[in-house]
Amino acid sequence: MASFTTLTSTAAPLRVENVDTDQIIPAKYLTAVTKEGMGLGCFSNWRYLEDGSSNPEFSLNQPQFAGAQILVAGRNFGSGSSREHAVWALTDYGFRSVIAPAFADIFYNNSFKNGLLPVVLPEATVTQLWATLEANPSASITVDLPSQTVTLPDGSSTGFEIDPFRKACMLEGVDDLGYIMKRDAAIAAYEAKPAY
Amino acid sequence: MQDLCKAYMKEALMGKTLFEKVWDAHVVAQDAGAPAVLYIDTHLIHEVTSPQAFSMLRERGLQVRQPHKTFATMDHSIPTRMANATDVIPLEMWGAEQANQVQTLRKNCADFGVTLWDINGEVQGVVHVVGPEMGITHPGMTIVCGDSHTSTHGAFGALAFGIGTSEVGHVLASQCLLQSKPKTMAVNVSGKLERGVTAKDIILAIIAQIGADGGTGYVLEYRGEAIEALSMAERMTICNMSIEAGARAGMIAPDQTTFDFVEGRPYAPKGEDWTRAVAYWKTLPSDADAVFDREIHLDASQLEPMVTYGTNPGQGTGISGHIPESLENPAQQRALTSALEYMGLQAGQAIDGLPVDVVFIGSCTNGRLEDLRLAAGIVKGKRISSGVLGIVVPGSKDVRNKAEAEGLDQIFISAGFEWRGAGCSMCLAMNEDKAGAGKYVASTSNRNFQGRQGPGSRSLLMSPLMAAAAAVSGRVVDVRQML
Repeated sequence: MASFTTLTSTAAPLRVENVDTDQIIPAKYLTAVTKEGMGLGCFSNWRYLEDGSSNPEFSLNQPQFAGAQILVAGRNFGSGSSREHAVWALTDYGFRSVIAPAFADIFYNNSFKNGLLPVVLPEATVTQLWATLEANPSASITVDLPSQTVTLPDGSSTGFEIDPFRKACMLEGVDDLGYIMKRDAAIAAYEAKPAY
Repeated sequence: MQDLCKAYMKEALMGKTLFEKVWDAHVVAQDAGAPAVLYIDTHLIHEVTSPQAFSMLRERGLQVRQPHKTFATMDHSIPTRMANATDVIPLEMWGAEQANQVQTLRKNCADFGVTLWDINGEVQGVVHVVGPEMGITHPGMTIVCGDSHTSTHGAFGALAFGIGTSEVGHVLASQCLLQSKPKTMAVNVSGKLERGVTAKDIILAIIAQIGADGGTGYVLEYRGEAIEALSMAERMTICNMSIEAGARAGMIAPDQTTFDFVEGRPYAPKGEDWTRAVAYWKTLPSDADAVFDREIHLDASQLEPMVTYGTNPGQGTGISGHIPESLENPAQQRALTSALEYMGLQAGQAIDGLPVDVVFIGSCTNGRLEDLRLAAGIVKGKRISSGVLGIVVPGSKDVRNKAEAEGLDQIFISAGFEWRGAGCSMCLAMNEDKAGAGKYVASTSNRNFQGRQGPGSRSLLMSPLMAAAAAVSGRVVDVRQML
């Protein structure tokens, strides 16, 4: 699994609440049997116009946000479907971190399995950040996992909370399965007991 | 130390919730500061979110730890259009990628020894309809699936939740998941439902009350006299949409209604096992002195049929209501403005009379026999309004067969509906079942996201009764006037 320590990048503002996973990756892209190439469908309903051309209104299509590895979105990001394809789409598109005031549970959980760091910042900070990024798109943000801080374009730092276990796994790039399978004896003992 | 003492006191002195009992019974290991290793009793898989998990097993040279605890069916991307009276259109007529997903699931199940309920077999349908009807869903179980509507199974007093594909792989390989313990929320629903108001209206009202993220981080327990009075199908409708409030899961205490539903089904415990199981299941309801992290209340007797007008399931109101003129919270106002722009609706517009182009009756929310009976009762002897396209998609082959035995198919067909094979269909529009761009869909499903029912589609979520009334009226109407 990809690890995450620190990231300095430009950031793309997405002033939308409740971005559901159907928007991040619409159902028509879910017919694949691999993870590859999901970036093509990332936000496709917003990125492309009906004739298939690029939608100039959509922030990710604006040249100043090309190459941004951080997405800054509204609250309840990743709601709806459990499709991990949403995380694969974001990482394949080039994002390594999403900042939002709140995330939906399943999406949040899936992000850690793929080296995409979800960062919860207060709503007021996110609203301020949108304005800053819109005014100065070339501004960089630093997301630093070891110190649990985000350094904003004005040089100020703000802390974020993260579960210590998830943090350690993310820093080392290890996944749950290795941890679980070390408990083979405990699992076998559990399975040997009658259910009721 | 003080916290530990408090935790110990809570453990020792206070009762447990239904959720805590099921959780505690499944913790295999728990390191300090780490999530629990939680045992999973039943794992459901389907063709869309499992292929990459089996690929992971092959890459790492792993086996499925307990093949008999995973069950597969096909539902998400398969067609529902019928070729003849009993079969959907053949594989050659599907999209190539959809056909490949189905073939991949067949190979994966064969290679790893997993039971598969194939589209060509007698048992098949939406995974959350098939599981309970086969009797693999029991009270007190942990159940997961790579599908967010796994919360459906909580209707039996199981802890059931959706997972991503990485976790599908973890369960296949280890029968366990690493999970942090969620908080608990009691959703107390008092009073009796009025005629024409259903379980769907209860859950849409709860989500409108707490919002599309109001349940984030919680397992909801629906309780109170209105919940106890519901059938299993109705309880499944409610638990199904827990995820639409952002909840990790939804649960309802098992009772005689639950036991009667499970008894005698193919995978239900038999004989002495049944007796022991029921004795255990009776210990599961929350203790009287159990404390929830949060409690909310809803009076069912005050509810009217609900309809959503926006692009998240929390944006809904009663049939006599109006779309809000404005909202105080800036983020909510932004969400309302963008939703109404997408929906082509106006602030302050009345719900009664909203336009309808397509009617979809089906899904894991409302694709059960009881749902089809309710809808058929409204359309019987009537015709779909001209210009409206109606499709009825049974949740499973069993639902379809039983509906046909009762003559429901003929009622729908005579009214002008298409009678389809079992699957997810226009709930998520992964197959060819799509409403056109700009079309308003009166839908019994669970999500009204932008483009959810086909690119540009506009979903109005409602109950089967209300969807049937919309079909024959050509617009959103109060079904109570037709009863």
